[in-house]
Amino acid sequence: MTDPKTRLSRTMMFVPGNSPKMINNCDINGADSIMLDIEDSIPVTEKDTARILVAEALKSRKFKAETVVRINHPTQTPFGIDDLKTILPAKPDLIRLPKTECVEEVELVAGMIAEEEKKNGWPEGTINIICAIESVKGLYNVREICHGPRMVAIALGAEDFIADIKTQRTKYGIELYFARSTILMAAREAGIRCIDTVYSDVKDMETFRDEVTKIRDMGFDGKSCIHPKQIEVVHELFTPTEKQIAHAVKVLASYADAVKKNKGVIAVDGKMIDGPIVVRAQRIVDAARAAGIKVEMETKA
Amino acid sequence: MKGWRSMKNIVSAATAGFMEKNDVLVTVEPSQKGIEVELTSDVERQYGEHMRDLIRDTVKEAGYDNVKVTATDKGAWDYTIIARVLGALQRGGQA
Repeated sequence: MTDPKTRLSRTMMFVPGNSPKMINNCDINGADSIMLDIEDSIPVTEKDTARILVAEALKSRKFKAETVVRINHPTQTPFGIDDLKTILPAKPDLIRLPKTECVEEVELVAGMIAEEEKKNGWPEGTINIICAIESVKGLYNVREICHGPRMVAIALGAEDFIADIKTQRTKYGIELYFARSTILMAAREAGIRCIDTVYSDVKDMETFRDEVTKIRDMGFDGKSCIHPKQIEVVHELFTPTEKQIAHAVKVLASYADAVKKNKGVIAVDGKMIDGPIVVRAQRIVDAARAAGIKVEMETKA
Repeated sequence: MKGWRSMKNIVSAATAGFMEKNDVLVTVEPSQKGIEVELTSDVERQYGEHMRDLIRDTVKEAGYDNVKVTATDKGAWDYTIIARVLGALQRGGQA
């Protein structure tokens, strides 16, 4: 079974939970995760039917992607608890808790999941949790939140966050730099996945590309997407280049050779290789393989 | 849960779903004649019987009787039909 804390998570596609047409087609564009939304994209008058539609979709269809359901907040809104009662029996892979501000909220959701798993005889950890940080309070509690029960991923929800800090989105992203860095460090400390916020202007693919490059270089595992054409760009940017793969293979082969021959210091292309470089090389090979690229390892005679 | 249970009735007419592609607009209302289904669909000739059975079974499984269901289908898959019937029943079953 894929470890839910480290599985491939380049793209999380947002799908409004009250649109059968979009739900029917959501799994054909290759997103690593699909997030069926019954929160912000659903008007209050349709919350009841959206949660039933999402539950029935999950019960009747097999999705290739990881399935995530974004519920309404269980204490800040009157809908969240009913969402969980309807959605949990349909066994999504993850519940996405929006606007998370403290670990007690995670514990509340985790408790309801544990009850549902026990009731159905499902193994513990059948359903896990991803939280979204969307406020300053949530950001200040993010380390504790990341260590909460059943936490396998954390995400940034930028629109509410920038409203909270009284600014607006810019193309260069300075307003989100501190939040992104803080969430990323907390995720890495807890050993869970870290997913960036959406970029809502689907026409501006150039800025989207820049933003994805930036968050990839910061260390994020992936990006939230709202249009199929964004998925393609993220996958392209998160897939290692041929040059990177070839170098990584060389590094791993030299390292294996050095271990075998008990050599202390090794060099590849004139550069000294040490522990972190080997780890990075392994990550590049893993990412390439996850993207469907066949990588054969060299063996030294 | 199978087995005996008291049947529920609709309190007032209610609707769920939309007249949009892949959706189905379902209206439920109280009836005196058990479960009645009135269906309009472009694919009625091919799938009409299946859809009617699905609607009837969904109403029964949810524990309701004496319901008239009017469904206008726009190419809904089975899970959507089930969800819209359940949604309308839930809305109509509330006092």
